Amino acid sequence: MKLNERSVAHYATCDSPADHTGFLRKRVERHHHHAHHHGTSYQRRWFVLKGNLLFYFEERESREPMGLVVLEGCTVELCEAAEEFAFAIRFDDAGARAYVLVADGQAAMEAWVKALSRASFDYMRLVVRELEKQLEEACKSLAACRKSPQRSSSSGRKRHLSNPALQPLQEKPTSLENGYSTWSSGGCVTSGATCADYDEGQAKPPPLPPRRRSAASSAAGSPAPGLSPAMLESPVSPETICFSKLHNWYGQEIAVLRREWQERQKRGHP
Amino acid sequence: PAASAVLKKRLVKLVVNFLFYFRTDEAEPIGALLLEHCKITKEEENVFSISFIEEPERKYCFECATEEQCLEWVEALRRASYEFLRRSLIFYRNEIQKMTGKDPLEQYGISEEARFQLGAHRQ
Repeated sequence: MKLNERSVAHYATCDSPADHTGFLRKRVERHHHHAHHHGTSYQRRWFVLKGNLLFYFEERESREPMGLVVLEGCTVELCEAAEEFAFAIRFDDAGARAYVLVADGQAAMEAWVKALSRASFDYMRLVVRELEKQLEEACKSLAACRKSPQRSSSSGRKRHLSNPALQPLQEKPTSLENGYSTWSSGGCVTSGATCADYDEGQAKPPPLPPRRRSAASSAAGSPAPGLSPAMLESPVSPETICFSKLHNWYGQEIAVLRREWQERQKRGHP
Repeated sequence: PAASAVLKKRLVKLVVNFLFYFRTDEAEPIGALLLEHCKITKEEENVFSISFIEEPERKYCFECATEEQCLEWVEALRRASYEFLRRSLIFYRNEIQKMTGKDPLEQYGISEEARFQLGAHRQ
C-alpha cells in the first residue's frame, strides 16, 4: 500500500514539538514459521510520539524513521514478558502484530504508557467535543447572568474568539494549512464578536466533523455526557481494517522503505 | 496523483488524519495520505488539491461529482489533522478557563499532559 512517505518522514523529523520521545528497546518479531525459537531479542531504537503517530528511528540522529505505528484502535498494557519495564501496544484487529517495548526504568515505562494511551485521534476528538459543549454551556450561563451591561467586552476578547485557525469558512488568500496556522492576531478576522454575539452563535467555532459510526460501539451510541476517568484511560476503538494494513506493511517492508529512501537521496532529491 | 491529465476513479475515505484511496471495487486500500502539515486548496470547479509543506508544488488533485461535495471535502480535510484538533482543544480550554476561571481538563486529571499545553511545550 502506498503512502506519502516523504511527507510522513518530514513530519516525523521536522521540529514541530513531539509529545514524547525516548529510547526504548523493541522486541524483534520473528515470523511464526521459523521452527526454532532462539529466544526473544530486543533492539534499542529512538522513539518519537507526535499526535497519534509513533515513529521509531535506528539512531537518535537518524534523518528518517525506520517505521511508524499508527495509534488508533489499540490498547497499551503492561506486559507479561520476562523483561522488566515491558509494555505492549495491541490492536483490536487480532491479525495485526503487537509491539512489545521495554523502557529504561519504572518512571520511563509509566510515562510512555500514559502518553501512548491518550495518543489516539479519537481520544483527542472526544475531549474536544466535550470541551466544545462545556464552552457552549459556559456562554449560555454567562449570558443568563448578564441582565445589565457590565464591563464591555474588550477588543482582546474579540481577538480570541475570532481566531482564524477555527474559522476556515472565512476564505483567506493564504489558505489554512493543517498544522501551520498560527495564533497570530495579525491575521485575525474581527467580526465584531462581543459576548452577546457569541451567544447567538455567530462567532462560534465551526462544528467538528460528524462522528464516524464505530464498528465497536454498538449499544453505546453517543458517548456519555460526562467523561469518566475510566473512559479516558482506554481509547475508543474505530474501525481498524485500514490501520492493520498500514501496520503490517510497515512491519514487513521497513528494509525496502529504507532502501528506497536511500536511493532517492543518492539520486539527489532535495 | 500530481497535476497530470490522467484522472483515475477512486473511492476515497477519510479516517482520522489519513485519507485512504481504493479502486472502486476493492476492499483494501491501494494507498493513503497522512494529512499533517498539508494544505488543502480549492481549485477550479469540483476540484480540490492537497499539497505538503515540504513539497508545495506537488499537488494531489481530486475531482468531485459536484461543487457542493467538493466544498464539503475541503472543509473536512482542513479539520482532519491531529494538529488542528490539538489547537481546537487548547482554544476551548483557554476560553473555558477565561470564562469560568477553571481548567476544564482538571476534572479528568489530564491538565498536565504535554499534548494539551499551550505554546512550545514538551521535552
